[in-house]
Order: sequence, then C-alpha cells, then structure tokens
Amino acid sequence: MVKLTFVQPDGASQTVEAEPGVTVMEAAKLNDVPGIEAECGGACACATCHVYVNPEWVEKTGKPASIEEDMLDFAFDVRKESRLSCQIKVTPELDGLTVRVPAKQF
Amino acid sequence: MALDIAAADTGATEIDAVVIGAGPVGLFAVFELGLVDIKTLVIDILDRPGGQCAELYPEKPIYDIPALPTVTGKELTDRLLEQIKPFGAEFVFGERVDEIARGEDGRFHLKTDAGREVSAKVIVIAAGGGSFTPKRPPLEGIEAYEGTSVFYAVRRIESFRGKDVLIVGGGDSALDWTLSLAPVANSLTLLHRRDEFRGAPHSVDKMRALVAEGKIRLVIGQVTKLHGENGNLEAVTVKTSDGTEERIVTNAMLPFFGLTMKLGPVAQWGLNLNENLILVDTEKFETSETGIFAVGDINWYPGKLKLILSGFHEVALMAQQAHKYVHPDKKLMFQYTTSSSSLQKKLGVK
Repeated sequence: MVKLTFVQPDGASQTVEAEPGVTVMEAAKLNDVPGIEAECGGACACATCHVYVNPEWVEKTGKPASIEEDMLDFAFDVRKESRLSCQIKVTPELDGLTVRVPAKQF
Repeated sequence: MALDIAAADTGATEIDAVVIGAGPVGLFAVFELGLVDIKTLVIDILDRPGGQCAELYPEKPIYDIPALPTVTGKELTDRLLEQIKPFGAEFVFGERVDEIARGEDGRFHLKTDAGREVSAKVIVIAAGGGSFTPKRPPLEGIEAYEGTSVFYAVRRIESFRGKDVLIVGGGDSALDWTLSLAPVANSLTLLHRRDEFRGAPHSVDKMRALVAEGKIRLVIGQVTKLHGENGNLEAVTVKTSDGTEERIVTNAMLPFFGLTMKLGPVAQWGLNLNENLILVDTEKFETSETGIFAVGDINWYPGKLKLILSGFHEVALMAQQAHKYVHPDKKLMFQYTTSSSSLQKKLGVK
C-alpha cells in the first residue's frame, strides 16, 4: 500500500492508504477526503478534483498532459503545481505523496 | 451515421409525449414510446443530442452497455439516433423547459426559456444530472453583478457597445465573443490563465492579429477580486502569471469556464424529491404527479444505480404506463420485436 496525504486549506491533514493503480482522486473518494468532488467521475471532463502537488513531489507526479491542461482552464486559482487528481496514478514511487486541496472546487 | 432530425416548428406544438433530455436514456425513451404508438418531442438544453455522453465524454469508452464490449459516448449516441429513426421524433435543441402546468383539459403545458409552448399528454423527465449551466467563478460577491455587469452568455451584441469588456477563458466561446465584441466595445481585454488556447486555431490567429494591431489586449492571469458597487462592476484585480497584480477596468465581464450540471427548474415543478433527485416508483417510474415520469440519472428509488443500462430498463416500463394515458381506449399486448409483425412494421423492417 502507498501512503498519500491530503492537506486541507485550514492545515488539517489526512493520510490514507492506496493500492497502486488507483488514481489519487479515487483514493480520496474511497477515504471521504473533503474537497475532492470529482463531478465527472474521473473522465478528465471537469476540474473538480483539482489539487496542488507539494513542490518536492512535482517531479515524480510529472506534468499534466495537454487534455488535463485544457481542463485545468476550468479550475479556480490554478498554479504551477496544479493537477487534476484523477489523472495521477498511484505508484509505489509516490509513497508519501502530499497534495493540498484548494479552497474551492468549481 | 446520418443525423436526420426534424426541427420542430416554433409556436404551440401538440404532441403525445415530451421527453426532457436527449441523453442516452431520453433517446431510448423515444424508442420504447414509439413501439407503443406514442409520438415524442425531445427538448434538450445542449445544442446536440447525447447529454453527458456528448458533453463530458464523447471520446471516452463505456464498457458496461450490454452486448457492446466497448463504445464511446459519441458512438452510443449515434447508434441510438439510428435506432430511433423510424419513430420520427421531433427535436428541440438549445432550450430549457422552465414551466410545466396541467391544463383543464388534463394535458400538460410546457414553456421553454425561449418562450416555446408545447402541450403533451405525458412528460418524461430524462434530464440526467440536470441542465448544463455555465460555471460561476467562485469570486466573492459575483452574484451581485450577474445580469448587470457579469454575463455568461451574449444575447445581444449591441448591449456591449461602448463597454469596457473583459472576457475570461481560453476556449471557443471566449475567442468567438472576443472577435465578435471587439468592434463594438470601447475596450476589450481577453484574460486567460496561460498563453495557450483550446479554441479553433483560426480564431486564435484572428485574436492574436487584433492584439498585434493594438485593438484588444491579451492578459495572462486569473481574476482574484471584483470591484464595484450596486451591481455595477468597475474593475477586477488580476494576478498575472509572473505573480504581480494588475487592476483591469471593466463594466462588462464575460467568464467562460465551461458548463456544470444544475437541477434547475425541475425543482420548481412540485414533484417529490429526495436530495435533488426525483422520487419514482419502480413499477412505472412515475413521479408524485400522475402522467409525469422520471427516468435515468435524475430519478431515485431504493437500490437506484446511475447506470445507462438501468435507464434503458426504466423507459421500457415507463412506456407501458404512458400508453394507458395516451391511448386509454387501446389495449396493450406485450410483444417482441423479433416476432411481432406489427412492431416490425413500426420499425420499418422489410
């Protein structure tokens, strides 16, 4: 199992265990992490599973593909480390990954 | 596959059944209703059939449609349109049903946001997650400016004459309206979070040409704050890509951030709801209002699963009851399309 930590805007953090192969969004939903809405169910067709990857992890999670960049246009307060969590696959290399949940999904 | 869709006339239309929503379940409702001799008119807020399949995942494969190991949303829509063709349903796109009232004659009278009036014996709500509506940026106090200085669509180009227009977004809507409003606006700024655009390349080229000629401004950044009073926007604060802040003067902002689904007017129709879903029975999929059915993702009953295949089942049972209202004097005999010559005639099987 891989450990993932979600940090809320107020600083509260929650560490969950995820099976390699699921997406970070799915891991969040399975563990009822607040602030990850995933309205479209993981089709990269909305932007409501937006997260900020902690800078030290950006290299390992990689850059968003162009379809994901396009969808990030629909997110609010997009930053350099913005990703859609449905597009990050959990791998053993991501053990310890920390992402921050934005103040608002929209 | 050819799309042969008859455009409905404007003005009051009389029809057996109105299906609200042209997603897969709404389309298959046309089929099941057609088999029991019910003529339908389908109304959808989007400009094309398919619902979420067309809007959210046209190119994504769906794996749980029986007998189709894999099919894309677009393909599923096209196949359904082909399948329902024999029934000659009428389609109205780009309109939202706003009002439903029962007349003294027992028929339902519907009105769309475009003022179209339709009268029907039964109504089938197949509106999925609700109507697709423009996304509202979560900026503090934005509601106060909506309709006066913040607009999610352009109804009349003339109303932007002489305005300081700010268009936010990087897709076709943002680009198209940038090109259309630039000639009438006093000033026009296009704001997008990155210097890359999703819109059609020739629109991007035209936009960049206007920027080069000094006719419009392109700013790379995101709105962080609105300034104004009494519903009149005066300026916005923008955080630009290099982290600096800039104030942009505007009295007409057009944010284009795509669509989201909202239950919308359905909530006002007096139907019993369960957390934004319409309560139905599992025998007829009828709502608390006799003659109004709800099928697909928008309904709820114990055990409900939001699956396309469940919606297909629901419309078959719904059509049995709808037949009783539309053709009260006719007896309905259960038949198979494989063996019934009368069903095959309706399907145009030769």
